[in-house]
Amino acid sequence: MSIGIVGYGSYVPRHRIRLEEIAKVWGADAPAYKRGLGLREKSVPAPDQDTITMSVEAARRAIVRAGIDPVRIGAIYVGSESHPYAVKPSGTVVAEAIGATPEIHCADLEFACKAGSEGMYIAMALVKAGEMDYALGIGADTSQGAPGDALEYSASAGAAAFIFGRERLVAECEHTYAYMTDTPDFWRREYQFYPRHAGRFTGEPAYFKHVLACARGLMERSGTTPSDFRWCVFHQPNGKFPQRAASELGFTKDQHDQGLLSPTLGNTYSGSSPMGLSAVLDVAASGDRILMVSYGSGSGSDGFIWRVTDRITEVQHLAVQTREQLEGRRVYIDYGTYSKFRGKIRMGAE
Amino acid sequence: MRDVAVIGVGMNRWGELWEKSHRRIWTEAALEAIADAGVDHVDALYVGCMSGGLFMGQEHLGALLADQLGMGPIPGTRVESACASGGLAFRQAYLAVASGEHDIVLASGLEKMTDVDGGAATYALSTAADQEYECYHGITFPGLYAMMARVHMHRYGTTREQLARVAVKNHANGLLNPLAQFQSRITVEDVVRSVLVADPLRVLDCSPITDGAAAVILAALPQKGSKREPVKVAASAAATDTIALHDREDIAWLRSTDVAAAKAYAQAGITPEDLSFCEVHDCFTIAEVMVIEALGLTGRGKGGEAAASGMTALGGRVPVNPSGGLKSKGHPVGATGIAQVREAVLQLRGESEGRQVEGARWGLTQNMGGTGASSVVHIFTRA
Repeated sequence: MSIGIVGYGSYVPRHRIRLEEIAKVWGADAPAYKRGLGLREKSVPAPDQDTITMSVEAARRAIVRAGIDPVRIGAIYVGSESHPYAVKPSGTVVAEAIGATPEIHCADLEFACKAGSEGMYIAMALVKAGEMDYALGIGADTSQGAPGDALEYSASAGAAAFIFGRERLVAECEHTYAYMTDTPDFWRREYQFYPRHAGRFTGEPAYFKHVLACARGLMERSGTTPSDFRWCVFHQPNGKFPQRAASELGFTKDQHDQGLLSPTLGNTYSGSSPMGLSAVLDVAASGDRILMVSYGSGSGSDGFIWRVTDRITEVQHLAVQTREQLEGRRVYIDYGTYSKFRGKIRMGAE
Repeated sequence: MRDVAVIGVGMNRWGELWEKSHRRIWTEAALEAIADAGVDHVDALYVGCMSGGLFMGQEHLGALLADQLGMGPIPGTRVESACASGGLAFRQAYLAVASGEHDIVLASGLEKMTDVDGGAATYALSTAADQEYECYHGITFPGLYAMMARVHMHRYGTTREQLARVAVKNHANGLLNPLAQFQSRITVEDVVRSVLVADPLRVLDCSPITDGAAAVILAALPQKGSKREPVKVAASAAATDTIALHDREDIAWLRSTDVAAAKAYAQAGITPEDLSFCEVHDCFTIAEVMVIEALGLTGRGKGGEAAASGMTALGGRVPVNPSGGLKSKGHPVGATGIAQVREAVLQLRGESEGRQVEGARWGLTQNMGGTGASSVVHIFTRA
């Protein structure tokens, strides 16, 4: 029995801020930052956008591509580290908005940047177990970086949604693998507004250790090598890390570039590798294999091997594509507007 | 005073050693030095460490490390002189053996700097400057050395490119040192385009944040039945200068290095022309320029030309920092002075594979605290 993706969709907010605009405010060396981080600009959510609204947009596109009645969706998992409420689920609002209530299981997930792929993992497992016909996994974030912190240059907004089922697949899931250790490289405690991170410790012992081990474990267990894949997608905290991971594993630029969105999107945290996957599905051909590895601080990676089916060409143009949103109509804002949009200006007795 | 030699050395790969605790890093280096010397005990240990408290939340290192080594109840002494802690720990160990107090002594250095973030590390390092008269006004070490560089450039015509050539040379040497933190070739263009830290100093002008340890064994000469060819400590000298940069008569001159070097040359009975190589404190590129002037390798104000002309490169008239220096080898503050001694010993034994200075006879090490408020100079020769 095949299990896999029946429909997918993504959402990228229209607003952008250029890296130079942020660097100017903090007296930072913009060209050096651009080279160092491999970033040019990032998406910014408008004041009326949050993880819930972006999840709804992405989920609606996934439903169009799946061509199913949303009431048949048996579970919804929204992975994010920027759920608008500390207590009150995002998933209930999303499920109601897309018309999937009331016979539906729901949970909000959090695992730093890995929560999106986690939702996909669990949703797919429930379908595989025969509990339901369809399940929806979403990764979405309006991530925050403290003013002036290195994270402010990358933390952006976006969402991707995937509906899993057993029939009419656009991509079959051939293998999954998960790898996790207790590695505290990035965290935000309750009541804190901005996350904290352990600087360079977030690289070698955190991101690279888990992403590389997960990718290697996945390929070892499935008996595959990089040449068996047409595409690869990794978590994208900046432009540099995923490119280095891809190259260390032996993937080529041609395999990696299509799913690499961070240079102009930024780091959408829980949305990151799921959005990269959506951009790959937008152009993939029947028979293409895709390797996808997420990463969440704390730390762990989920790995998936997808094999694209011939139905893909029927759905690619049913909804707006990821790179169309990324490279299409954009509105560039200055740091003052950005500060207002992101709630960095605190007024009165809020 | 008795003649003293270094009979064993130990050091591990330096870098961001996330997977190792400070005690393991240090113990690996110490055990290697003990094995290299072929001794079965040491009478005392000295450890140079700048700020165990701020970097690792751990003081009382003399006792802790004697315990780790399984050699309690030998006396264990922690020595602090900011970035010159390692050099001064070596000098204390030397004096202990020379005086006849101990026969075999372990001199070591240790710093684990990556357990704290960049801001905390910068603060810990800044405690080597004058807190009340420098730091409270917002200055950091890159800022202090930047002012020294500015004056040097203004007065002597030292150029941006000449500074870059110091980093380029030391990276080229580090490429030949398997224990160096950075093993990458860089160009003048890389240096002058790197991130600005404190004008004119850029990130590739600065030594890095490093975890690491180094250890050496000292013993009285003549050494009977030693496994290794002993390397004699021909001179040991230390000097101080004003702690605050603004109290100096000339901020483009390192008086403490000048004074310590003059004493050391007199003790060894040599002149700068006799030196085969030097290991010096290049915490910033401008520091190497000013140190080699104070050591008398070049005339005053002429240090900028040395790296650019190839005089201080491997194969040049007097190679400076064949190990890669602080810039490329790394700078775990308290361990730096001991690693310099290790390089001098390897060079004089003829064991610096790939970066060996041919026919090395006299080697000098110079380790410096703060902006030069303390300097320690040693001269070594084959026994």
